[in-house]
Amino acid sequence: MNGLGVRIENLTVRFGGAPALDGLDLLLTPGKIHGLLGRNGSGKSTLAAVLAGFRQADEGRVLLEGGDLGEAREPYEDAVVTSRVCLIRESGGDLVGSEPVRNILALASSLRPYWNAELAGELLDKFEVPVRKKVQKLSRGKKSALGVVLGLASRAPLTIFDETYLGMDVPSRELFYDALLADYTEVPRTIVMSTHLVSEVSALLEEVVILDNGKLITQSPVDALRGRGASIVGPAAAVDELTAGLTVLAEQRLGGTKSSTVLGDLDEPLLAKARSAGLEIGPVGLQELFVHLTGSAHVKESDR
Amino acid sequence: MFDDRSPIYLQIAEQIKHDIVTGALAEDEQVMSTNQYAAFYRINPATAAKGFAQLVDEGVLYKKRGIGMFVAPNARDLLRTGRRDSFFADVVDPMLREAEAIGVPLQDIVRHIQKEAQ
Repeated sequence: MNGLGVRIENLTVRFGGAPALDGLDLLLTPGKIHGLLGRNGSGKSTLAAVLAGFRQADEGRVLLEGGDLGEAREPYEDAVVTSRVCLIRESGGDLVGSEPVRNILALASSLRPYWNAELAGELLDKFEVPVRKKVQKLSRGKKSALGVVLGLASRAPLTIFDETYLGMDVPSRELFYDALLADYTEVPRTIVMSTHLVSEVSALLEEVVILDNGKLITQSPVDALRGRGASIVGPAAAVDELTAGLTVLAEQRLGGTKSSTVLGDLDEPLLAKARSAGLEIGPVGLQELFVHLTGSAHVKESDR
Repeated sequence: MFDDRSPIYLQIAEQIKHDIVTGALAEDEQVMSTNQYAAFYRINPATAAKGFAQLVDEGVLYKKRGIGMFVAPNARDLLRTGRRDSFFADVVDPMLREAEAIGVPLQDIVRHIQKEAQ
């Protein structure tokens, strides 16, 4: 088992008026940990719901393929496919509140073909989830932890964590990241982590997909995105001259000094020109790049 | 441990090189497996593997099939030679620029270095 590949073709989902996903085309390579990044309302959760078969596409389609599925199939209304896709939403999300935790586990073990009871037991101990309690009596943090246990122990060929960590404190989140890496190393599969805590999870990821307003902004190996942005600081006129042909993501001015954030690899002639003009060039972190790519610069400006 | 401002696989390679140069990792010593490394630093195993692969390409590490990766016998010399080549550009020149900017005379620097050397 090597995880499912995901093929998304011209996917559009509407809730009444404006589309939540707007003609999205996307491929997710099997067996990797993908980050799905975007601001609130960017379409991340809608995409996750379509992948898990919780929701139907209005236009276009989603195909899952590979692993023990073989040929490409759509998840919607297909029990074989959905048993192999595990979506865990915020704070346990879809758990039946009136049932004790151990009944939920029994249900998962009957529905999930690759369920690992031993792993489930270990993780429940680690996260200190009381198995006799009813789900609705659990704290928010324990509900999230139960979600993590179900997500990992299902060992589903496509596992999606949609902001699962939101109710968890820092030590629990670190436990989650360690357990995720350990089990992924043992049983490689396709994992999607939907989040806006970019800096906290980015090291766990191999690929990253950035959505904004239901559209794809960029898809890239996450390591290639690190160091792709640069900030150029110096006298305004010199900065403007240098950045004339570049993609400028954000600009800031303080008196005669200007700071521009640009996207793309700066080549040696450009760097030499910057040095001789006395400009300072610095790297831009992933979180900052993400903020600029998803257009919050405009929001910040209109707030002022 | 690692920052977001340059590719992590390069930062991994740099860190291991640094451990070899300082002697923290001896020649022919076995290094952590990529999976151990990924778990320890909480990073994606593919990223760790890429960092190690880079070091194998550069001749700093070598692979023993089925056993793991080891520091190459000449790795320390190789790395020290490389670092010596860039020492003046990376370390001395910035110091001289700083000295000029804040008005420390060259003779003072030379005197300080000679005193340290004794």
